[in-house]
Amino acid sequence: MDFALSTEQRLLVESLRAFVDQELYPHEAEVERTGELRPELIERIKAKAIEQGFYAANMPEELGGGGLDHVSTALLERELGKASFALQSIVGRPSNILQACAGDQVERYLLPTVRGERLECLAMTEPGAGSDLRAMTTRAEPDGSGPDGKGYVINGAKHFISEAERADFTILFAVTGVEETARGPRKKITAFLVDMGTPGFEVRRGPTPVSHRGHHPCELIFTDCRIGADQVLGEVGRGFEVANTWLGATRIWVAANCVGRAQRALDLAVEWAATRKQFGQTIGRFQGTSFKLADMATEIAAAEFLTLHAAWKLGQGAMTDQDAAMAKLYASEMLGRVTDHAVQIYGGMGLMEDLPLERLWRDARVERIWDGTSEIQRHIISRALLRPHGG
Amino acid sequence: MKVLVPVKRVIDANVKIRVKADQTGVETANVKMAMNPFCEIAVEEAVRMKEAGTASEVVIVSAGAAQAQETIRTGLAMGADRGVLIQSEAALEPLAVAKLLKAVVEKEGADLVLMGKQAIDGDNNQTGQMLAALLGWPQGTFISKLEKNDSGIKVTREVDGGLEILDLKMPAVLTVDLRLNEPRYASLPNIMKAKKKTIDTFSPEDLGVDVSPRLETIKVVAPPPRKAGVMVDSVAALVDKLRNEAKVI
Repeated sequence: MDFALSTEQRLLVESLRAFVDQELYPHEAEVERTGELRPELIERIKAKAIEQGFYAANMPEELGGGGLDHVSTALLERELGKASFALQSIVGRPSNILQACAGDQVERYLLPTVRGERLECLAMTEPGAGSDLRAMTTRAEPDGSGPDGKGYVINGAKHFISEAERADFTILFAVTGVEETARGPRKKITAFLVDMGTPGFEVRRGPTPVSHRGHHPCELIFTDCRIGADQVLGEVGRGFEVANTWLGATRIWVAANCVGRAQRALDLAVEWAATRKQFGQTIGRFQGTSFKLADMATEIAAAEFLTLHAAWKLGQGAMTDQDAAMAKLYASEMLGRVTDHAVQIYGGMGLMEDLPLERLWRDARVERIWDGTSEIQRHIISRALLRPHGG
Repeated sequence: MKVLVPVKRVIDANVKIRVKADQTGVETANVKMAMNPFCEIAVEEAVRMKEAGTASEVVIVSAGAAQAQETIRTGLAMGADRGVLIQSEAALEPLAVAKLLKAVVEKEGADLVLMGKQAIDGDNNQTGQMLAALLGWPQGTFISKLEKNDSGIKVTREVDGGLEILDLKMPAVLTVDLRLNEPRYASLPNIMKAKKKTIDTFSPEDLGVDVSPRLETIKVVAPPPRKAGVMVDSVAALVDKLRNEAKVI
C-alpha cells in the first residue's frame, strides 16, 4: 500500500490552494451578503479556471478535459470544497453522464460543455420523488412530433435542481412507460437532453435554502414540451442504468467537498483555541477544547481515508455502491459534527457572519440530505451486508 | 539566452517556526516545505522571459536533500524547461552553494542567473553576491524591474531611500526583490508536462566542490515573546516614555 501522493497530485493540490485562496475566498463575503453571483464574477472565475486547466478537469483528455485520475479528482473536490459552494460551482466539472452522448449529441452537448461554452444541469428530484426516485411522475410520451416523425411530449415538474438558472440544457429523467416485473409493475425511466428555451419548458427559482447562499435550487416546469427522439440520452427506458453507470461516483465528490470544508473549520478552530485567552490561559489548554480538536482531526482523517480509498477503488474499477455510500455517509455526518464543535470552540463569535465559520456550519446541513440522504446511504450499506445472507 | 534559476526548499512561509528543544536549529520534522518565495519570483520572471522570447531555455537548479527535487518540479510546473539537482544531505552554507552554482553555470553555459535576493530561512542574502564574485560577472541585487536590451540588461534596484537603475553587461547575476512580479500558480496542463521534464542529479564531488562547513552554529534561540503594549493617554506621555523608558529620542 502506498499512501503517498504523486508529484503531480502534490503540485495540483498546491496550485488549487492558491486558486481557492486568490480567486474564490476574496468573494465569499459578497456572495454571503447578497446571496447572488454577479455575472462578471462568474465570467472572471470561469476564465481563470479555464486558463488554469481546472475547468472540466474531471473529464477525459480525449474530450478536451483535464484527464484527472479519480484520486486526483477527489483531491480537486476536497480543495474546491473549502470555498463557498456557489463560487466553487463556477469551476465546471461537467456531469460524467454526458459521456453517454452519442452521434450528434457529442457536438451539441458533450464537447461544448467540456469547453465551458455550455452548462448542464441534472434534473431528477421531484416534489413527490426524493429518495424514492422511481416515484417520479414527469412523463415523456411518444407523440411523433419530432422532425423525423418520432419525438416526445413532456409534462411534469422537477425541483431542487442545481445550476438550472445558469444552465443551457438539462439532463432530464422522465417516465416513458411501465414494465411488468416479478415484483409487479415498474416505471421505465428515460434520460433526455432538453435545451433551455424549448417551448413548454420553464425554469423558475425555488424556495431559498439555509445552506449554500448564492446557489439557487430551481423548479423546472414542463407543459406539453416537445422534443425530438434524438434527444434521448442512452437507451429508451434505461435512464437509471445510464445514471448508475456514470453518476455512481458523485457521492465520493460530495464526501471530498465535506472533507475540505471540515479541514477549514478545524484550521479556524485550532487558530482560535491557540490564541483566545480565558481564565488566564489559552482555551486550547482546557481539555474541554483540546479533546474536541483531537476528535475533529481524527474524524476528518478517517473521512478523508474513506473518500480517497473509494476514489482509488473507482480507478481500479472495483468501487461498489457501498464504498461510495460509506464515504458520503461518514464525511457528511463528520462535517456536521466538526463544524458544530468549531462553533462551540469559538463561542458567540462562531455564530457571527463576519467569520466563515457560521456559513460552514449552515452549509454542512445539506450534505446529509442531497445526493442521497444519510438514511439512503445506510440502507445501501446495510443491504450490501445482509443481502448475501438472505436477510 | 539561457537562464539559470537557483531555487531553495525552505519551510513554508505560513508555518509558525519552532526552535528545537536542544537549540541546534528549527524543527523541520513534519513541517510543510515549499519553494522560497523570492525564488518563486525569479522563476516567474524567467518563465516570462521565455514566453516573451528573450530567453531560450530556463533551467532550475537546487542544492540540497533529495526532496529538493520536489521544489524543482514546482518550478518545472510553472513553465521552466528542465532541472538540475545537486544532491547533498549536508547543511550547505552560502559560500558552498555559490561555488556549486558556479560549477553549474559553467557546465550549462548560462547567460543569466536569476535568483531570489535571499532565502526566508537563513535570511543570509549572500549567495547571489558570492556567485557574481566567483564568476567575475556583474551583479544587480534587489531588482524590482528588468529590461533586456541589445547591449545587456537594464535593472531597477530597490535600495534604501529609493530606486537605482543600472545597465549591466551580460552575462550577469540578478537577485530579485518582492515587487518584481506576482508568481503564477501552475496550470493543470503544465503540471502534467512537468512530469516528463528531466532533472539531472549531481553530487558536490561530481562538480569538484568542497562543501564542508566553515561556520559553527553555537545555538539557535527563539526571539523573546513580545510583551503586551500599553496605551498612553496623551502625546506628552508618549514622548516621555520614548525619551525616558525606551530611550530612543
